[in-house]
Order: sequence, then structure tokens, then C-alpha cells
Amino acid sequence: MDTINTLQEFMLHTKNIIYIIVVMVLLAMPAFWKFLTGGDDK
Amino acid sequence: MSQQAASDQNTLFTPFNVIAGIIVIMGLILSVIRFTKGLDATTNLSDYNPWGLWIGFDLLVGVALAAGGYVTSAAVYIFGMKRYHSAVRPAILTAFLGYALVVFALHYDLGRPLRLPYPFVVSQGTTSLLFEVGACVATYLTVLFIEFSPAAMEWLGLKKARSLVIKLTMVLTIFGVILSTLHQSSLGALFLIVPSKLHPLWYSSYLPIYFFVSSTIAGLSMVIFEGTLSHRYLHHKMDDAHLAQNEGVVLGFGKACAWVLAGYFMIKVIGVAADNNWHYLGTGYGAWFLVELLGFVALPAFLYAVGVRDKNTTLIRWTAAWTVLGIIVNRFNISMVAFNYHLPSSERYFPHWMEIGISVFIVTVGILVYRFICTRMPILYEHPDYEPH
Repeated sequence: MDTINTLQEFMLHTKNIIYIIVVMVLLAMPAFWKFLTGGDDK
Repeated sequence: MSQQAASDQNTLFTPFNVIAGIIVIMGLILSVIRFTKGLDATTNLSDYNPWGLWIGFDLLVGVALAAGGYVTSAAVYIFGMKRYHSAVRPAILTAFLGYALVVFALHYDLGRPLRLPYPFVVSQGTTSLLFEVGACVATYLTVLFIEFSPAAMEWLGLKKARSLVIKLTMVLTIFGVILSTLHQSSLGALFLIVPSKLHPLWYSSYLPIYFFVSSTIAGLSMVIFEGTLSHRYLHHKMDDAHLAQNEGVVLGFGKACAWVLAGYFMIKVIGVAADNNWHYLGTGYGAWFLVELLGFVALPAFLYAVGVRDKNTTLIRWTAAWTVLGIIVNRFNISMVAFNYHLPSSERYFPHWMEIGISVFIVTVGILVYRFICTRMPILYEHPDYEPH
């Protein structure tokens, strides 16, 4: 989106990015948990 | 002079005691100046900057770092993690002293300190966030005092009173969690009223959530940090149970802190996205924001995780100290560095040396009282006459 003129455009733009971030979070957090608990069997 | 008296005299003048004594004497002199000459003579506060170091450090940092009390007692009594029981009393004591010193420091910051009880007895501003913070801090300080009191009662031999208070443990823990959730988040919500004064990278409608989540990080890290210092300097006061549980506390709290830090990192990034503040990251303030986010949130999350994986308690202890510093940086940024960011440098706030002196004095008083209590009361060991609760 080149310019943001209305609240609708602002919300659409920011929500789009947040949804992408949340997908990344959903992938990253289990991986981090796996890394964090990797030493539990030691 | 007997040999014992000579020995006492020798131990009294340790480097720590001498430095602490000098700081306390200087603090008392500064206190006299503060309360006789007023705020103008001792602070750089102004109409632009009515809140300075005494709010940014003594109150915001003090309350955050005292969060170990509710975090630890909730883990042990509500979630049943009895393996961390040895950490409860030191954490409760730290929290009690932390909140007591917050109220103590408020007397310096308020223009008319004798009116501190006014919100409760004269003019109830029940729609004000500050009223809510004041009410919660006052109530929670009382709760912490009662939670701490069994240690003092064991020391004084008040068995009946002690058994009565012990029965209230669960109720007090629940009170503590509720009150902390309320006022830790409300401290962040206080800054929602200044969207034009606080830099957009730090201003967010999520500020209450940031403050609450970061308070649990501060609490967990502070328990590890304070436990490390106690282990080093008050080792002789610890019983076998405390020494045996210590490593488990460090590993368990380090693991929890890594996980919460990772979540905190995520919601901070989402906060930047929600306000579309990406373009500020290329500025000077953006660089400092990234230092805070990457250096004091992402880095300790990773280091805690590595420490837990490798069972490297030394790494976890150093990371806890780094995280505590990160909380201080965060609260300083919000209350001072990024606050009034649009003002010319001549109008910006930098604390007066007497403000710094008073803050150092208050921290020193806290350390001295903590040591006084730990060397006398059963904080780091179980009293032999009582069953652990």
C-alpha cells in the first residue's frame, strides 16, 4: 500500500502485518519451547 | 576488652559497613535538605518534568523488581510447585521491603508528603488510575507485611499468632496475585494519558500489558539475582534444604523467564506493527529501542534458554542480573528517556545529583534492612521449632 488516507486503510495495513507476525509467532514459539526443553532429558 | 568484644569491633568496620554507613549519613543530610529547602533545591523537576528519578527508579523499578513476591508465592501455593518453597520467604521479604521503600521514597517525591493518605480519607479520586495504583500498593504492602510476619513471629516465639497467620497463606497469596495484576498494569496505564509526550515506539495501547508481563520477568529474574547474592554473602545462614533446592530454583525460574521473555518480545513487535511505527526504527530513538528490545529482551531470552538447556546456572545467574538491568532500562526509557522527547535539550530532564544521592540512600537502606532481617529471622532456613508451611 503506497499511502494510507483513512482509518480503514490503516487498520487493514496494520492488521495484515500483525496476522503475518502471528503466524511467525505460532511457528517460532513451539520451536523455542523445543529448544528450551531440549536439555530436560540430560 | 574481651576477645569477643574485640572481634565484634573488628567485624563492624568491614568495607561494606563503612561504605553503607557513609551513604546513610549522606542520605540523612540530603533528607534534611529535601524536607527543609523543598523540591526546588534538591531536584531538577519542573512543570515539564514533574516525575523524575524518584518515580522512574524508586517507584516504577521498585514495584517491578518486587514482583518476585507474588510470582514465587503463586508458583508454590497456587500451582503447587513445592520444590521452589525455599525461595518464598526471601522473595516475600524482598517484595515487602521493595514496596515499603516505594512508599518511603514517595514521601520525598510528593510536594506535600503528609497528604499521602488523602486519596483514602479526604478526596477519593476513584476514576483515577493513580488512585487505583495507590489503593493497590497500600493494600498489597499490608498483605506482604502479613505474609512476611510468620518469620518475625517465629523469631519472637509468638506461636499462636504464627499458626493463625499460616492459615491465611492461600488467601493472602490470591490477594497478592490479584492486587499485583491490577497495579503492575495500572502503572503502565498511567502513561496512556500522554500519547503526545511519550515517543511512539514506547507509547502503545498495550502499555498495561507490557508493564504486567515485564513485571513477572522482573520478579523471576530478581528471585534468581537476589538468591545469588544471598548465596554468596549469607551462605552461612542457609540450611541444607535451601542449599539443595537452590539449583532447582535457578533452573526452574530461568526456564519460566526465558518463556515469558520470548512472549514479551513477540507482543512488543506486535505493538510496533499495530501502530505502524516501523519507520521510527531508523532514527536515533529507534536504535535505542532496538538496543532495549534485542539487547535486553531477545538476548536474555536466548541466554536463559541456553543456560537451562546446558544446566549452566552461572550463565542463568548472569542473565538474571542482565535482565534486571533491562527492566531498569525499560522503566527509565518510558519515564525519562522517551518522555518529553519533542522538547529542546535545554528543557529535558536529567536528575539532580541530590536526587541520585537520595535514590542510592534508599537502595542502601533496603539492603541493610534485608541483611538485618536475614541474619536474625528464619528467612534462608527453616526454624527448627516449626513445620514448613
